[in-house]
Amino acid sequence: MSYIPHTQEDIQEVLQVIGVKNINELFKDIPAALSPKSFKIPASKSEFEVTQALRKLSLKNATGLVNFVGAGFYDHFIPAGVDALAGRSEFYTAYTPYQPECSQGWLQAIYEYQSIICQLTGLDVSNASLYDGGTALFEAMMMAIRQTGRNKIILDSGVNLIYRTMLYTYTLNLSVEFVEIPVVHGQSSRGELLKHLDDRTAAVILQNPNFFGAVDDHSDIVNEAHKFGALAIASVYPVSLGMLKAPGEMGFDIATGEGQSLGIPLSFGGPYLGFMAVKNELVRQMPGRIVGATVDSGGKRGFVLTLQTREQHIRRQKATSNICSNEALCALRAAVFVSLLGREGLKELAAHNYQKAEFAKEELSRVKGVAVKRSSPTFNEFTVLLPKSADEVVRRMIEKGFACGFPLGKFYKGMDNYLLIAVTEKRTKEEIVRLTDSLEAVL
Amino acid sequence: MKLIFEKHKEGRRGFSYGDCDVGKAKPLAEKYCRKRQAHLACLSELDVIRHYTNLSRLNYSVDTNFYPLGSCTMKYNPKFCEQIASLDGFSQLHPLLPQLSGGGMLAQGSLEVLYESEKLLCEITGMSAFTMQPLAGAHGELTGVMLIAAYHKNKGSRRKYVIVPDSSHGTNPSSAAIAGYEVVVIPTGSDGYMDLVEYKKHLTEELAAVMLTCPDTLGIFNPRIKEIADLAHACGALMYYDGANLNAMLGKCRPGDIGFDVMHINLHKTFATPHGGGGPGAGPVGVNEKLIEFLPISRVIRRADGTFALDYHQPKSIGYIAPFYGNFGVILKAYAYILHLGREGLIKAAEIAVLNANYCQAKLKKYYDLPFNKTCMHECVFSASRQAKNGVHALDIAKYLIDRGFHPPTIYFPLIVKEALMIEPTETESKETIDAFIEAMIEIARLAEENPSAVTAAPLRMPIKRLDEVRAARQPDLNWKPLALFPD
Ligand SMILES: Cc1ncc(COP(=O)(O)O)c(C=O)c1O
Repeated sequence: MSYIPHTQEDIQEVLQVIGVKNINELFKDIPAALSPKSFKIPASKSEFEVTQALRKLSLKNATGLVNFVGAGFYDHFIPAGVDALAGRSEFYTAYTPYQPECSQGWLQAIYEYQSIICQLTGLDVSNASLYDGGTALFEAMMMAIRQTGRNKIILDSGVNLIYRTMLYTYTLNLSVEFVEIPVVHGQSSRGELLKHLDDRTAAVILQNPNFFGAVDDHSDIVNEAHKFGALAIASVYPVSLGMLKAPGEMGFDIATGEGQSLGIPLSFGGPYLGFMAVKNELVRQMPGRIVGATVDSGGKRGFVLTLQTREQHIRRQKATSNICSNEALCALRAAVFVSLLGREGLKELAAHNYQKAEFAKEELSRVKGVAVKRSSPTFNEFTVLLPKSADEVVRRMIEKGFACGFPLGKFYKGMDNYLLIAVTEKRTKEEIVRLTDSLEAVL
Repeated sequence: MKLIFEKHKEGRRGFSYGDCDVGKAKPLAEKYCRKRQAHLACLSELDVIRHYTNLSRLNYSVDTNFYPLGSCTMKYNPKFCEQIASLDGFSQLHPLLPQLSGGGMLAQGSLEVLYESEKLLCEITGMSAFTMQPLAGAHGELTGVMLIAAYHKNKGSRRKYVIVPDSSHGTNPSSAAIAGYEVVVIPTGSDGYMDLVEYKKHLTEELAAVMLTCPDTLGIFNPRIKEIADLAHACGALMYYDGANLNAMLGKCRPGDIGFDVMHINLHKTFATPHGGGGPGAGPVGVNEKLIEFLPISRVIRRADGTFALDYHQPKSIGYIAPFYGNFGVILKAYAYILHLGREGLIKAAEIAVLNANYCQAKLKKYYDLPFNKTCMHECVFSASRQAKNGVHALDIAKYLIDRGFHPPTIYFPLIVKEALMIEPTETESKETIDAFIEAMIEIARLAEENPSAVTAAPLRMPIKRLDEVRAARQPDLNWKPLALFPD
């Protein structure tokens, strides 16, 4: 089966029109010496067989664990309406809306998505999406380098290590100077950071809440950065913006982040959603597609891809980014998710996350040997110090049916006994209590 | 249609989380909380469902219209693949699970999908290994060029240039530049092939790589491709294969056998995963032996006992190019598609894709200029320059096709063809559908002679007429702004 509608007669007729005897003649430009040395692909399996085989494989994944692992990627509930709308093939089988007259649905949906991202971040302009939170952060950094003509980056080590590693990888062949600022008591060390800030600095990159879950108000750092003509970039967790001070309110120039928490399944790491919002003056440095509103020849409102002279299909090697395909369908999911929740629903979601995490902190602090780190306020994720290796504890807890957190020793030297615990709105009181009891048992 | 924000009514709710079962906690200190609230519309669930359902109906899509958008391979996206990707066992898996001690055994299903997909792609392309991580074609290009940079650096050589032909897709030169290279553009000769005389002038010790699409963006397979590759290799440069046009090559020719060192595949093109209105796609990168050690981490390996694991011990790896293992949901759909088509199905897909493109070319070449009159592969590229003399440009043709219910061909690319009409019908379209499209194209050619304004007035049947794009760029209106609706 290859979804081909042609009958034998169709093929014969078409060959005749083309003027060749058989299909092979059409491939005559491929020299015989270049025919495949091998092409050992298994024979076709029926739709039923493939579905059964993959269903069986899916059952080999343990998705039944009670999940307290976050570390930047969160187990949130997805209202059914999100799947229903993103599952409409009028959306998902279309492509980039190059032809606005037959793509108004997509263009308007993206315009609404951009508006939602601006509202959440408190910034002026959003693009139509980037691949993920890490590539979005890289793009933001490159924007700052272009905008300032400088190449020194002050990178807070509270930024997810995955993203920091991505920044290092992407710049291997470029000349970017990084200064990493240590985290002290879970928070960005102001003293260290300000010491390195100078007039060679292109940007300061911070994350809120940071990787340890600590919530901060970075307004003071942003202010200092601006004094030196540097830009300030925040990597943020969008669900937290139902409660936390928005990057725009702190004065950040660019906000990026992973949009997975907005109605996108965990799906083993992708597809996800990189979002980016910036201040107005940076719009022409932005990467990616941007949708704008305009009018048609009859004066009616309509939407188009705009400011395209930034993009690869026009500027080629001088483009602001090489991105072409983005994550539009994930952006649609985010727009639908936020629209279903509405202003009040988003606040409620943030509040439930915060309250459940606070409850979990209380419960866990009663376990002998467990020290809940309280030097900074947190949102829905926090750090605990265990009396033994967190790695070991995590392994034992898996046997008890819990993915109980992320062992910080994996990402930070000397933190082998620290565990990072995320509590989303999906975790019930009963699950949190059982987590506590089980932890007590394995310690 | 009104914007979702314009449908807001204070007091409505579309979704509620109910009561919080743990009760209230001490609130977060005010200095950490937002003061200016996010102005998000308050609507009922039905409001939201109806809004986006009605928006969806304003789009042309593969499921509703013929969509011969050249270079994008808009083939049918099988429904069973969507169903598989939404199975809980796949969609609910946290990506960090296998990185926890003892967690690898909890993700065996997904690790197997990644491992087996990699093996299949190797066999299809003749490459030695793949990383499934790149998140789209362009991301694959960037990854590939970074691998090339790592290779040269490892050899202690600092090379400066990457060659791309002027017919290449914009992402090629852009990816090379972002990876830190200067781009040398080689013109296309009057025969439609890259100008070899010009090419040879740039084969120096400063050359890091040559990026080619084959068949190229004109839909043509260059019979001298091997010679081009050999020449580059002779000066120590590597060959990059942009696999966007792989659909025509399935079972017919493998980049690895030609001598390409690194390539990407757009799974959302060749392997039928939906384009999602712009994405997500996936752009796995294949390499030959020379480059394996530089691939991004982690790598999925199979242990002696048959179980799968993630390997992070790759000292020469370039590092992380994506947060995890790629766009897993997309990879899974492509894997299901390949298993379902099987060997013969893949070959047949290539054959009928090429047949359909040549049919379009044969039927239309009387009516439109064909800049390079050759047997084409997966797509054919016409020029509307004859029609343009009467004021009917490629853009007008596109708009008229929209009125006739067809998504237009690609018209903004390739840049070397004036008034380009790049038509890629794909193998899943029937002769009847293609005939109807051809008929519309012939009608346009006739109107361009007899009544050009009938074409230039299009579209007339769509919800909007042509938009003022100049105004969109000069007075950017890029998001909805809360005015009177939401007092601050
Ligand atoms: C020839 C060619 N190369 C590269 C790309 C980039 O692929 P993607 O959009 O997946 O990033 C495209 C996409 O249209 C293409 O047609």
